[in-house]
Formats: sequence, C-alpha cells, structure tokens
Amino acid sequence: MTSTAPRKKLTTSAMIASFADPGQRTTSAPFGHALNRLAEERPEIVGLSADLAKYTDMHVFRDAHPDRFFQMGMAEQVMLGAAAGMAEVGLVPFASTYSVFATRRAYDFLCLDIAEPGLNVNVVGALPGLTTGYGPSHQATEDLAILRGCPNLTIVDPCDSVDIEQAVPALAAAPGPTYLRLLRGAVPTVLDEYDYRFELGKAAELRTGRDVVLISTGLMTMRALQAAERLAADHVDVAVLHVPTIKPLDTAAILRAARTDRLVVTCENHSVIGGLAESVASTLAFAGAGTRVVPIALPDEFLAAGALPTLHDRYGLSTDAIVAKVRAELGRTGEEQPSAWAADPVPATA
Amino acid sequence: MTALSSPQAPAGTAHRPERVERIRQAAHRIRRNALVMGEVQGQGYIGQALGVADVLAVVYTDQLRHRPEDPHWPDRDRFLLSIGHYAIAAYAAMAEAGIIPIEELETYGSDDSRLPMSAMASYTPGMEISGGSLGHGLGVATGMALGLRHLGNEARVFDLLSDGELDEGATWEAAMACAHHGLDSVTAIVDVNALQADGPTAGVLRTEPLVDKWQAFGWHALRVDGNDVTALVAAFDEIRGHRGSPSVLICDTRIGCGVPLLENREKAHFMRVDEAEWQIARNQLQEGLAR
Repeated sequence: MTSTAPRKKLTTSAMIASFADPGQRTTSAPFGHALNRLAEERPEIVGLSADLAKYTDMHVFRDAHPDRFFQMGMAEQVMLGAAAGMAEVGLVPFASTYSVFATRRAYDFLCLDIAEPGLNVNVVGALPGLTTGYGPSHQATEDLAILRGCPNLTIVDPCDSVDIEQAVPALAAAPGPTYLRLLRGAVPTVLDEYDYRFELGKAAELRTGRDVVLISTGLMTMRALQAAERLAADHVDVAVLHVPTIKPLDTAAILRAARTDRLVVTCENHSVIGGLAESVASTLAFAGAGTRVVPIALPDEFLAAGALPTLHDRYGLSTDAIVAKVRAELGRTGEEQPSAWAADPVPATA
Repeated sequence: MTALSSPQAPAGTAHRPERVERIRQAAHRIRRNALVMGEVQGQGYIGQALGVADVLAVVYTDQLRHRPEDPHWPDRDRFLLSIGHYAIAAYAAMAEAGIIPIEELETYGSDDSRLPMSAMASYTPGMEISGGSLGHGLGVATGMALGLRHLGNEARVFDLLSDGELDEGATWEAAMACAHHGLDSVTAIVDVNALQADGPTAGVLRTEPLVDKWQAFGWHALRVDGNDVTALVAAFDEIRGHRGSPSVLICDTRIGCGVPLLENREKAHFMRVDEAEWQIARNQLQEGLAR
C-alpha cells in the first residue's frame, strides 16, 4: 500500500442502490409482500416477470405462490402480450420488469394489447427516474412522458412503502390497466407518520404552509417533507401536496393548492419534460390560472452514471437541492431579490 | 344443443370426402363474402382473403369449438387474428360461421361500421384481439393458453400469422415462451403467401426454412398446401392429437386463389380492382366451384 492511494470516491456500486437516507426506517420488499397478502384474498392474482423477479421484489410472490408465477424470460414484449392474454381469460396479472424496458422497449404491447382493450393488467416498473446509477440504459427518466399520452392507463408514482402497500390492492381493484413506478428493496417508510391513506386518483395535503407549496410525487415527496422541515427552522412555512396518481390527475386538488400567493414548486423524480411539472402547469393554464410553477425535476438530458447521492445532488433531487432552490426563489440567499419571472428568458414588461 | 354449436366432432377419416366437400363449399362462400367486401372498398387485402379462405373454412366450420350466439362462452376455443389486415378474410369466415350477419358485410370499412379494415376486439363481433400492429398475436395467445391451463380450462388457442409477420422479433419471443411452457393447446397457423408490403418475402427478409426454424424453437411443425382442403383437414386432425409442445401449421397459399383474374396481379399485397372486374371475379369464382 503506498501513501499516494487516491481518496476513495463514492461509486455506482450496483445496478440497484437504495436511496434511503442512512439510518432511515425502511420496509423490505413492500411490493412483493403486499402482492402476497392480496393473493391470499384474490385467487385470480398472478405474477409475471421478464427475468427480473429478483430485482423487482416479485421473487417474494414467486416463492410464496410458485404455481401463480410465470417466468417469461428476458422478453418484455411477450411478457406484456401474455399478461394481456391472461387478463382476457379472467386473471389479474402483475407484470414486472425495469421501467425502461416496460416503456421504451415494449410500449406497443402495453398500448395495444393492454391499454386499448382496457384490460386489468398491472405493469410494475422498477428503477423509475433516477434510482440507479447505472446510466441511461436503466434510468427511466421519461417513462411518465411516454405513458401519460396512453389512453385508459392509470399511472401511480408512490412515495414509500406505505404508498406501495396500499396502492397494490387499489391497482388490482381498478378495472383497467395500471402502471406502478416501483420502489424496491429496502424502501423508506415515511407516510405512516402522517394522517394519510393512499387513494387512487387523489392527491393528499400532508402538511399545510403559508409561504410555499411543494406539489410532489413519488420518492420526491419524502424529500419535500424533509425540505419543509428544514425550511420551517428558517421560519419558512411550507405545505406539501403529495400527488401519487399521475393519471388521472387530481386537478381539483392541484388547482386548490396552486391558486394562491404562495410560491408553487413541483418536485418529481422524472425529466422536466412530460411529467408532473408539465401536468401541473397545463392544469393551471387550462383553468386560466396564471400561477407560475417552479419545476424541480431531472434535466432534459441523458444522465451520468455514478453514485446515487452524488447524482441526486448534481441533478437537483436531494433535500439540500430542494431547500436551496426554494430559498433562491424566495430571494433569501442572495443580495438581489430575484424577479418573480426569473425563469423567463425575456423579462415580462406588461 | 344448438345446431350451430361447432365443431362437427372431427371424426376419423371415414367420412372425410363428405367433410371435405362441405368445407370446400364453405370456402367458396367465404370467398364470395370477401368479394362483397372488396367491392365496397374497391381495393384492399382481397388477394390474401381469397388465398386464406380454405384455411379459415377448416378452422371456423370444422375445428373451432365456439357458439356463434354466445361469443363470450368461457369454454370456447380462441381464434386470434394476429394479422389485423386480414380482417376482410376473418369477417368473410365469421359470416359463414354465423357470427356476423351476412348483410353487415356491406358496411365493411365504412364510417361507424363494426367491421373496420383492421378488426377491433372492443366492438367487432367474434374478435378476440385488436389487430393492426404485427407481431402481437402469438404473445397474447401465449398468455391466454397459460391462463386457461392455470384455470383448468381445456379450450384451445389458435393464432393466425403471416409469413411477413415472422419478421417481427416479438413473434419469436412468443414462440420460445410457448415451447418453454409446453403449451400444447396453442396452434399457430402461418399463411405463407410469400408476399409482403415491399415485395416478395424472399427479397424483403428471408424467413425460410420455416419448418426447421419452428422445430428448432421447440414446436411440432407441419407444412401443407393451404389451398388443399383435404391436406388441411388431415393436418389439423393430426395437430389436435399432439401433446407436449405447441403446434404450427405452415400453409402455403396462393394470393387470389379461386379467381384467376386476381391470382397473377401485380401489386397484389394491397389490390385495386376496377368496377367492371368485380362481376368477372364473381363469375370466375362460380366457374371454379363447378369444376
């Protein structure tokens, strides 16, 4: 060992990395266990995977119900087609793979075999947004953008293990097709500290606040809640509206939250194009509300590989990044008061 | 039992001549139905419909267990039309089988018709899947067969593909899955007319040798002249008894079969037929039956 050994850097380490904070409460494989509980009550529940059972928590179901699990091999197109066929004969399939493969590779099958006939197939996509440091091949940064345009499809982006456990039976109970952005492995457990229940199609105000409202979805709700705590210490009063269902969107709740003098910020683990930010912005514009929306989202880029904490900081998803963004918008960090229209390339003159 | 509940139990070979003649008559009416629809549009996948008519006559009037008056009967055999553009052929056959009223064929491809150019499961009678995009049928058939077996339902699943559709990788994903799961209730039927949108299949993307390919994928593979009803009946009967692996029946068919005027047409994939030619086509079809 020489004394010139380079300083150890954080590394990608694995395809699958936990985004839980050190010491945070977590629940193991909440999706797999929730599916098992549901399967006890509903014999028509079946599971499929495309050679990724182990990495989508489907192995928990496979091991408990081997006769109801169907391995389709690394073949996402036939997995979704077969799931449609199973639904056609009366079963309720949950089909899991990585989000990138469900959306980019097999979209025609999700669209035409499942969504067009309106079948009760539940597609479960792991590694949504930036939840792996493996690089663009596995980072589903645009899955919501792809799927929001698909008629009939219900889309859910859960925050934590509580959301997942409650969403699974709700997705099976919904008659049509659904897409779940899966958080797998050791998943943070956060929402049990709030007066909250997952309701399909409903947003939930997790905390109230007079100065700022964070409209967030997916794991970013966990970060939004942390950011709100931190800002409260600075006497900034921050509300958090959690929007776990991306489609159909709870536009009434969003309009109630955003028709306000508060700073409106959206938070999502997804590209700034085609996800929550644009859903909220269009909701406001279509309703004639002129509220400005500040997006916290991934940039419109293919992202780097690396360690998740590094990447979440770099691309603005960390709690620190949210706090900094809100402070900047409120004009509390710099000497200059930022314009209310800071995002505009040309200052508004009217 | 209702008279229309199919099939006539596939008997042994004892009554085969009568059986074959009955199917040939049905195939003739299917071709006539296809010409009715073709004339409504003046163009379309008419050549394919005439070519595959014998195959569909065997399937719908001899092999498929179904109840025309109860299209959602849970124990029915499923027939999946993976090649959505063959809808004209399927409608012609379903009219013959009593699933679609003959009079409705004249609405083919018209506004608000239940019979669009590419069939839709959501509103076309007797359609199990929505077509249009190729390479989907066999995957859905895989899931149906897995699901039916899981539920203890012995219904069979037929999927009609074309040779051009074998270009689609998804077809081969499904071929592997069917064989891996030992789905002997699945019968794939491949209509080999050796023609696709951009020209002869051999020039667009070579798919031969087909029997070897399917066998290598773990399938029980047979190949017949798809316009020879006797050969088709024998092959389907043989497949009915096969166990342990999925079966594929590769059917070599002639585009426009039964109407010489349309058999040797250039641009046969999506055929245009002049107004004056329809009567000639009908006459030729009738003459062919008499021979």
